Amino acid sequence: MSKKRRPFAGFLSSLKQRGIDDATWDELEDALILADAGVSSTTDLLERLKKQARAEKVRDADALVALLKRQIAEDLGADGADQDGQDDDAGAASADIDNADIDNADIDSAGPGDAGLCVDGQPAVWLFVGVNGVGKTTTIGKLAALYTQKGHKVVLAAGDTFRAAAVEQLGMWAERSGAELTCGAEGADPSSVVFDSIQHAAAVGADLVMADTAGRLHNRTNLMEELAKIRRVAGKASGKVTEVLLVIDASTGQNGLAQARQFTQTAEVTGLVLTKLDGSAKGGIVLAINHELDIPIKLVGLGESITDVAEFSPQAFAEGLLG
Amino acid sequence: MFDSLSSRFEGIFKRLRGRGVLRDADVDEVLQEIRLALLEADVNLHVVRGFQERIRGRCAGVEVHEALNPAQQVIKIIHEELVQTLGGTTLEIAHPPKPPTVVLLAGLQGSGKTTNAAKLAAWFKQQGRNPMLVGADLQRPAAVEQLRTLGQAIDVPVFTEPSDPVAVARQGVAAARVAHKDVVICDTAGRLAVDAEMMEQIGQISAAVEPHYTFLVVDAMTGQDAVTTAETFGATLELDAVILTKIDGDARGGAALSVAEVVGKPIAFSSTGEKIEEFEVFHPDRVASRILGMGDTLTLIERAEQVYEEAEAEATAARLLEGQFTLEDFLEQMRQLKKMGSLQSLVGMIPGASAQLRNVEIEDSRIAQVEAIICSMTPHERINPRIIDGSRRQRIAVGAGTRPSEVSQLLRQFSEMQKMMKRMGSKGSGSRKGKSKKGRNRGRVTPPGGNKNKTKLVLPGLEDGFSSLR
Repeated sequence: MSKKRRPFAGFLSSLKQRGIDDATWDELEDALILADAGVSSTTDLLERLKKQARAEKVRDADALVALLKRQIAEDLGADGADQDGQDDDAGAASADIDNADIDNADIDSAGPGDAGLCVDGQPAVWLFVGVNGVGKTTTIGKLAALYTQKGHKVVLAAGDTFRAAAVEQLGMWAERSGAELTCGAEGADPSSVVFDSIQHAAAVGADLVMADTAGRLHNRTNLMEELAKIRRVAGKASGKVTEVLLVIDASTGQNGLAQARQFTQTAEVTGLVLTKLDGSAKGGIVLAINHELDIPIKLVGLGESITDVAEFSPQAFAEGLLG
Repeated sequence: MFDSLSSRFEGIFKRLRGRGVLRDADVDEVLQEIRLALLEADVNLHVVRGFQERIRGRCAGVEVHEALNPAQQVIKIIHEELVQTLGGTTLEIAHPPKPPTVVLLAGLQGSGKTTNAAKLAAWFKQQGRNPMLVGADLQRPAAVEQLRTLGQAIDVPVFTEPSDPVAVARQGVAAARVAHKDVVICDTAGRLAVDAEMMEQIGQISAAVEPHYTFLVVDAMTGQDAVTTAETFGATLELDAVILTKIDGDARGGAALSVAEVVGKPIAFSSTGEKIEEFEVFHPDRVASRILGMGDTLTLIERAEQVYEEAEAEATAARLLEGQFTLEDFLEQMRQLKKMGSLQSLVGMIPGASAQLRNVEIEDSRIAQVEAIICSMTPHERINPRIIDGSRRQRIAVGAGTRPSEVSQLLRQFSEMQKMMKRMGSKGSGSRKGKSKKGRNRGRVTPPGGNKNKTKLVLPGLEDGFSSLR
């Protein structure tokens, strides 16, 4: 299963068993920049690392890398004291999910936990937002399968009324996952589609609505206004918007920061989904986003299969970033 | 707040411009700034290093004349290097004597292959070709339906079958031959560079259809990893060029530099929006100029030409330069501009529209309001705005659904604009922004003489008028 190989293993192997000199710091800087962490958050991370290393009297490169990983994990929400489980094996999350036997007994241990995703809302409404091509629809498909397995009654709202065949794409995921698809007429107003879907979900006793939206570039004022309206209108239906998830492609560069800023401002984002982390891209842009905005990363996407979604683990992420 | 690569360079060269001689320390400083700017623009770290070294080498070799401004020499060097890296030349598509011309698209998931397959088909159609699309993405749910819908919209047939991607591609080309199509564009599933199985499959597809052109589709927002993708796809396929997508976003597009450098092939096309027609031939020199803050005049002129009737344009231009520019003309000009695409994307192309202007957010909705105000005036008022008094203003405001103060503001700004144009008209030709930019505009981006009137026609209202409308 080469596809699921540990994405970034051995990245800094050249640092093993060495003392700390200028070259060490240069290599760490290169590694962070090549992971898309961005110049300013890289500088910030390394400055703090320097202080911490002095305080803890770290003398060799291995220990320094370990310290940096810990620092990154803590920045991304890991509990400093919590060192159990996942940090031993960066690939653990993906491997488990990949081999997961989808059956009710296993799902809680094999699948991602709740990732802090709130399901109380009768129905709870999750809105998926992001730029074009990041994997919003695919993420919804995977989560629909997972939460249907967990016993929720899930409705998928086809709020992408713009892109050709977006509704069909979501429809196929609905079929695969056993969720119900609701959609409006072609070219319908996305706000009304989302509103009607929530009303329908409430009427049929569904407890979870996942609403897809069209991909939009964050610098397009009119499209962002449309999204603000979707968010507003969704809040007026007879459910509760408990999550607005911004989907970000792991291969995104520094533009991810502008995306996060704009989408947060427009749609009250509650969390990030980092997709395509099974590729060679490391997703370091979330460090820059975290550096500036306080948005938790909740989920990661790890492939195209219906089970390729996992709860975000700060330790595994830090491990992968620096290998 | 989020300054672009061009404004970044503008800052560097402003400082350098003050100096007479280029010293080693200057070169170092410039290289350092360039490194930072390029990294922030997502150019790959290794590519940045190579770029820096080439520039250093060439700067060192430059003989510094007292008479020549060293800053201009450095700008010229960087510009040339950027053009070189971005592909050197514009790709010309040569069709084989025996049709069809086979085009294969490949890339990561979500980079925009399906959308751009249709855009490319529409582009070939515009060139007088008779294309066919082949849907060989059997992986992503509804990818084929998406291609079918797009094909219908542009009236291009789509061949596909629910079998196996390699077989579909092979049969697609055969079907195109039978149907006497002269171009066949093959859409494929998105795949990650680390996915060995899928990479092998794209190799098989390529072997089966023997494409004349293989395009790698790359998202302009991609970060450092663009290099890995380009390397792996480049090793598996014989790439001819790159299609850069989503450049209507505000990403600085450093991935373009990285990819072009790694695959050593030009960027052939760029996708500039979600509409099918928002797709154009990529011009390395223009984009390099854009990066250096020299503007992208040629693209702007081309777009203007597409929507503007020449005779009409000349008449307006004449009135404009005589200072007889009325609100009617203003309204007409605005409607033409709307056809050209979003204002934001246009502003980025204006030479001399520096950081300050580029960061002003121009809202297209604001234009609708201005349009409503002008439309609420009588024809007489549009020609003689001076007669608009309190009661007329009130009536216009009610008609446009806005406040009288908004009407006054528009009139005031319009009158300012009129004065400015009158001044320009009396000055004759020359750069709008004034002296400092003149030297830089003197390069290759200056439009050919015949187009001069038209540029002037579109730019003043945009640059000076709309920016102040805010």
